[in-house]
Amino acid sequence: METGTVTVKRGLAQMLKGGVIMDVVTPEHAAIAQEAGAVAVMALERIPADIRATGGVARMSGIELIRSIMDAVTVPVMAKCRIGHFAEAQVLQQLGVDYIDESEVLTPADDNYHVDKQVFKTPFVCGARDLGEALRRIAEGAAMIRSKGEAGSGNIVEAVRHMRAIGDAIRELHITPKEELVARARDLGAPVELVTEIARDGKLPVVLFCAGGVATPADAALMMQLGAEGIFVGSGIFKSKDPKRFARAIVDATTHFNEPEIVLEACRSLGASEAMPGLDIRQLAEGQLMAPRGV
Amino acid sequence: MLSPSTTLRTGFIEARQVVGVLALQGDVTEHLMALEHCGASAIPVKTPADLARVDALIVPGGESTTVMKLLDRSGLGRPIVERTRAGMPLWGTCMGMIVAAHDVVGVNQSTLDLIDITVRRNAFGRQNDSAQVELAIPALGNTPFPAIFIRAPWIERHGRNVAVLAEREGRGVMAREGNVLATSFHPELGTDARVHQYFLQIVRQQGKASTAA
Repeated sequence: METGTVTVKRGLAQMLKGGVIMDVVTPEHAAIAQEAGAVAVMALERIPADIRATGGVARMSGIELIRSIMDAVTVPVMAKCRIGHFAEAQVLQQLGVDYIDESEVLTPADDNYHVDKQVFKTPFVCGARDLGEALRRIAEGAAMIRSKGEAGSGNIVEAVRHMRAIGDAIRELHITPKEELVARARDLGAPVELVTEIARDGKLPVVLFCAGGVATPADAALMMQLGAEGIFVGSGIFKSKDPKRFARAIVDATTHFNEPEIVLEACRSLGASEAMPGLDIRQLAEGQLMAPRGV
Repeated sequence: MLSPSTTLRTGFIEARQVVGVLALQGDVTEHLMALEHCGASAIPVKTPADLARVDALIVPGGESTTVMKLLDRSGLGRPIVERTRAGMPLWGTCMGMIVAAHDVVGVNQSTLDLIDITVRRNAFGRQNDSAQVELAIPALGNTPFPAIFIRAPWIERHGRNVAVLAEREGRGVMAREGNVLATSFHPELGTDARVHQYFLQIVRQQGKASTAA
């Protein structure tokens, strides 16, 4: 019997496909998320919009909080560690969370290096803005990739950029002649073995989700049609005026992303409840941006 | 007597037979690819109209809490139960085993009650205990099956008419009751096609039986 293999680490992400993973900050949130049909929850002390508002250093959440959320639901529970903070990751693995998100939403602990994720039994999900970033994270051992849309902004434009960039680069590699792959690996800053694998298969070897800026059912449907295999929703649910309705509507729109009549029904179900307030990312100062952290 | 064309075979099942994979959430593509590899026609099933087109159904891996809710909302739950009770072959993997079970230990969770087993969720542990195991499955021959378990359930109790086809650590992890098959592991994540072929055999026998009737 073998545990912690690449197959079982990537495998759990495969089980989450077509689903919505929701940020939650209390066991009560977690229960609402599960009731709405979330496939997993991300246990956090503060949702990204509040991290942005509060400022200061954002770290791994308190153990009591994560534990209480693990006890409150039957779906998998994920938790975040800071980029490069392998000791936080060790603690989360010891605690027994189901997935670790090495996340730019927290304040990075290392300017240069990410966690060596291959030595962990617990699988990792990492953010990526383009194919090179995705492949570097996979080379480090990430078992799942998500876009790195500007968290807590309620603005989908960055996630769209990342999904399009990753998709375009994969399609381009798929038709690249073999003799050009070493040079492409150099340009991407990624191992040639992985680049060759992508060129052959025309897809990533791990599951790709969208994260960052999803605030409405239509946002979720958009990202699924752009090739996301599932959706992370951070502030979009618990910063909306009616979390229960938003949670369920975003799940329905993700399941039936290519059936506009069902997405319409999901939008209609929100009634007069408002989505979270959004931010124009162009007006954020460079120091306030999270997506460029850890490349 | 039927004309030969109606019983023309491609690969392992009758040419006209189609296997559906429930596509509300989970590892749908992996099952579709495994079925194609075995020479079967396969389609994703998202609506009652899709279900009406298939002769058999696979309920894939995924999150059972989520999919039970989506089955309810999509109106697929009831027709799946009716078709399966009328003889449609159905195979559940991991989440699919939970969805097909009679009931679940310890949590208040609804199921479709298609096979007389009681299951325990995450019975082998959380993700850190997910494992690859060489599993003895006599029904598939002497070579052990490379089984992939992910936050897997086990069978806590089974009815008289249920055959337990494999055990891990003394717990049932594969069972069959007539036209319904359940595995707590994921053959669709590996490269050994024997469980898919075993299910397609059930599909083919069922097809013959209904043709004869």
